Amino acid sequence: MANIKTVSEISKPVLLVETFNNDVVLLKMNRPQQLNSLNNELLGAIANQVSLANADTNIAAIVITGNEKVFAAGADINEMSALDMPSMLFDKRVDYWQTIRSSNKPIIAVINGYAFGGGCELAMHADILIAGENAKFAQPEVKLGIMPGAGGTQRLLHAVGKSMTMQMTLTGEPINAQQALIAGLVSDICIPEMSLEKGLSIANNIAKQAKLAVKLIKQSVLKAQDTDLTTGLAFERQAFCLLAATDDRNEGLSAFKEKRKPVYQGH
Amino acid sequence: MSIEPPKLEHILLEINKGIALLTLNRPDQLNSFNAKMHEEMGLALKQIKQDESVRVLVISGAGRGFCAGQDLTDRNVAPGASTPDLGESLEKRYNPMIRKIKALPLPVICAVNGVAAGAGANIALACDIVLAAKSASFIQAFCKLGLIPDSGGTWSLPKTVGMARAKGMALLGERISAEQAESWGMIWRSIENESLMDEAMQMAQHFAKQPTQGLSLIKRALEASEHNNFNEQLDLERDLQRLAGRTQDYREGVSAFMEKRDANFIGK
Repeated sequence: MANIKTVSEISKPVLLVETFNNDVVLLKMNRPQQLNSLNNELLGAIANQVSLANADTNIAAIVITGNEKVFAAGADINEMSALDMPSMLFDKRVDYWQTIRSSNKPIIAVINGYAFGGGCELAMHADILIAGENAKFAQPEVKLGIMPGAGGTQRLLHAVGKSMTMQMTLTGEPINAQQALIAGLVSDICIPEMSLEKGLSIANNIAKQAKLAVKLIKQSVLKAQDTDLTTGLAFERQAFCLLAATDDRNEGLSAFKEKRKPVYQGH
Repeated sequence: MSIEPPKLEHILLEINKGIALLTLNRPDQLNSFNAKMHEEMGLALKQIKQDESVRVLVISGAGRGFCAGQDLTDRNVAPGASTPDLGESLEKRYNPMIRKIKALPLPVICAVNGVAAGAGANIALACDIVLAAKSASFIQAFCKLGLIPDSGGTWSLPKTVGMARAKGMALLGERISAEQAESWGMIWRSIENESLMDEAMQMAQHFAKQPTQGLSLIKRALEASEHNNFNEQLDLERDLQRLAGRTQDYREGVSAFMEKRDANFIGK
């Protein structure tokens, strides 16, 4: 029964994909009836699109969003409860998350409404988080006797510090957009109707920059969460020197001196 | 297309030609709130929010009073019995109600037909435009019971009448007449008793033909000004104006102006 889809499910893809200006791709989660719960199909579709965007040399940035009322409300509980321990260990979702995590291209999450559980974790997979004033973030797994399983306990710690992480993961209670901004989980908040435009404009801005610089900056920042300062600084310095060998670096510096806009080639 | 309103007893809800008229209806108890009335108020506000035909809400009271706040017969505790958790009552009942009223994306008129005491006074102050009958009055009665003004009173009062008068009202719990309230800037207007509902409904008819979405954006901007600094507010005006400029009613408003005719707004 589980594999039989209704006509409306077939005609409505769970993920809407739209490309802007040939260099920004927007992934819009589209399971509004299920509050965009991240079932295997949806998470797989996101991973697939992230993978395609990384393979497409034109694409410079990826924007992930839901709708104005909900970003994504957790995993699909039916799918999850069907898995025992061995099947959890071989769950394909691990690969999906890994694919999203490995994106070389910046991911911007635009969050309106609920980002709960897996939804909050998906948002934290993004490099830049923009929230509508109505956004709510939670890791409510503890309420079901389980725990975050896609980086919730790890990424939240980096984003909001220990006390807030513990409070959120141990009580399952949500924080609002204002709290998320103060805690550093998101970088900006605005009215919900404008949040997607804000996210897209940041993506457009990134798309105008030199591609190799963007890629190395992202890697370098993420390196800081994975390693000690000395190793991180060494990585940064190496990447910095590497850029000195690129045409775009020369173009960027010349354009600045000549007071004109740089025209980057991507190499 | 209106949806059939739910069957209610302590709250009367009538939706007609874009106007929702909500009447607090426990006249023998001066429309004071008990649990059932709260439940019905929740249903009525939900109905108003969901009905896209509604473009203005009028709140009034049945009988001689507007609303006497909490029904204290619900609160009388036997000696030795544990006291009720008033915080929970606010969290579960009054606060959601006030938040829902404030968040409605349309003008909310309060026609205060008689005494508005305790939470009743502050429900009125949560509305956008308060009209009060000359015989009506506002009483922050909480202090007489050892309580504090709730339902947003400690927020609304200093902002509408200033700190000195807010403290006087909240600490003394004296009756403030409609005319006094008007002269203090606590309400929009005080009106002769017999014309209160006529004037309220006239204003509602006006609002029902106005660019509702634009009006709701005005509300949002003004409410946000309470916590924004000047620069944040300028940014918000930019964002909200961008939205306003995309409404069908803005187009209609401009073409009606150019063509020197009355605009036919649809509220979207």
